[in-house]
Amino acid sequence: MTSIQIPSRIAGPYPRSEEDIAARVKALEALMIEKGILTTEAVDRVSAIYENEVGPQIGARIVAKAWTDPEFKQRLLADATAACRELGAGGLQGEDMLVVENTDTVRHVVVCTLCSCYPWPVLGLPPNWYKYPAYRSRMVREPRVVLREEFGLDVPDSVEIRVWDSSSELRYWVLPQRPAGTDALGEEELARLVTRNSMIGVGDPDRPAS
Amino acid sequence: MNGVHDLGGTDGLGPIDPKDDEPAFRSDWEKAVFTMLPATLARGFYNLDQIRFGLEQMPPGDYLTSRYFEHWLYTIESNCIRTGVIDPDELDQRTRHYRLNPDAALPEGGDAAVATLVETVCRMGASARREIEGAPRFSVGTRVRVAADHPYGHTRRARYIRGKTGVIDLVHDAFVYPDAAGNGLGEDPAFVYTVRFDAAELWGPETAAPNSSVCFDVWEPYIQAV
Repeated sequence: MTSIQIPSRIAGPYPRSEEDIAARVKALEALMIEKGILTTEAVDRVSAIYENEVGPQIGARIVAKAWTDPEFKQRLLADATAACRELGAGGLQGEDMLVVENTDTVRHVVVCTLCSCYPWPVLGLPPNWYKYPAYRSRMVREPRVVLREEFGLDVPDSVEIRVWDSSSELRYWVLPQRPAGTDALGEEELARLVTRNSMIGVGDPDRPAS
Repeated sequence: MNGVHDLGGTDGLGPIDPKDDEPAFRSDWEKAVFTMLPATLARGFYNLDQIRFGLEQMPPGDYLTSRYFEHWLYTIESNCIRTGVIDPDELDQRTRHYRLNPDAALPEGGDAAVATLVETVCRMGASARREIEGAPRFSVGTRVRVAADHPYGHTRRARYIRGKTGVIDLVHDAFVYPDAAGNGLGEDPAFVYTVRFDAAELWGPETAAPNSSVCFDVWEPYIQAV
């Protein structure tokens, strides 16, 4: 067989406590700074992007536009990466995105069973439950049970469930159905109804306040 | 490799317990680890598939029970040691220093261009899509079976789809082949397909959820027409 480059074992005993981990990261950070790979400014700027700027409100805006602009919706479903760029959304872990549309007969759900792939530029960093073993193991095997018992979403057997396991570099996310009773709402009001979970496929958009 | 990371269809891992409104980072060290990924990828020390292979090398008990960014720490550290970017003895020594002096300062300064480069990587990304010669061998609607072999290195051929038959739903462009790139064997790009597997094919007609399917992306070498 061909020779495979196996990563080296990590240095020293595996860090356990919060203090041990913090010390190890700080040491790694210090060495990277000395080697010109990292700066504290880089850490501040990058973490600020994902704390304050990139999040599910971006995906929500795109969904609301697709609900109100049929031509944009067509472009979004044909080439999500390009359509998102029109609205200034794109970047790391969203270089090649695909949007799948919920209908009366098919409901889509996104998972990554092998790691935690997720469309960062439109949904932000993934929630913890998306990254942890229970969701990753169960969603492909028992999607109806998971949706009902963990997310309170009872999908009738007449509606097909399609689970998208993000195994390649394509990043999938869901265009949920526009809720009833929202005909009078504009794009901004609609965007406020679009939840992160509805774009992962494990929830519905909020209903408008009556 | 047949690792514990390959979780699809594993039972007994407990409730999901989804929560809303968690912070993006729970501590400062998580921010630092997160930034190390684009910072090191930008410098080309290793690629994203090697990062994933590094995650898969984590001791299985730790993989299942540690926090997400501990996984990142593990793979960044092990890949930096493997590529000679970081000296393990130096790292150990420095770790002891910060363990005894948690408030000791980080080195100051550095080139302002570093932050700009890392921010640019986050904002622009780096697509794994590649132009290759030739056309995809398979088309939409073709029934295909996933090769049932169990390679030792990095692969995206999850165990629960090996040997299973599905139908091609989407034909994509060519992308970097993780079974090559993740194992340090070059990019070797190949066409990617979305294959739809009926739940009954994956889990058996007795067990499968009714009226459901899994769409899984495969690279051309993973599949054969049936």
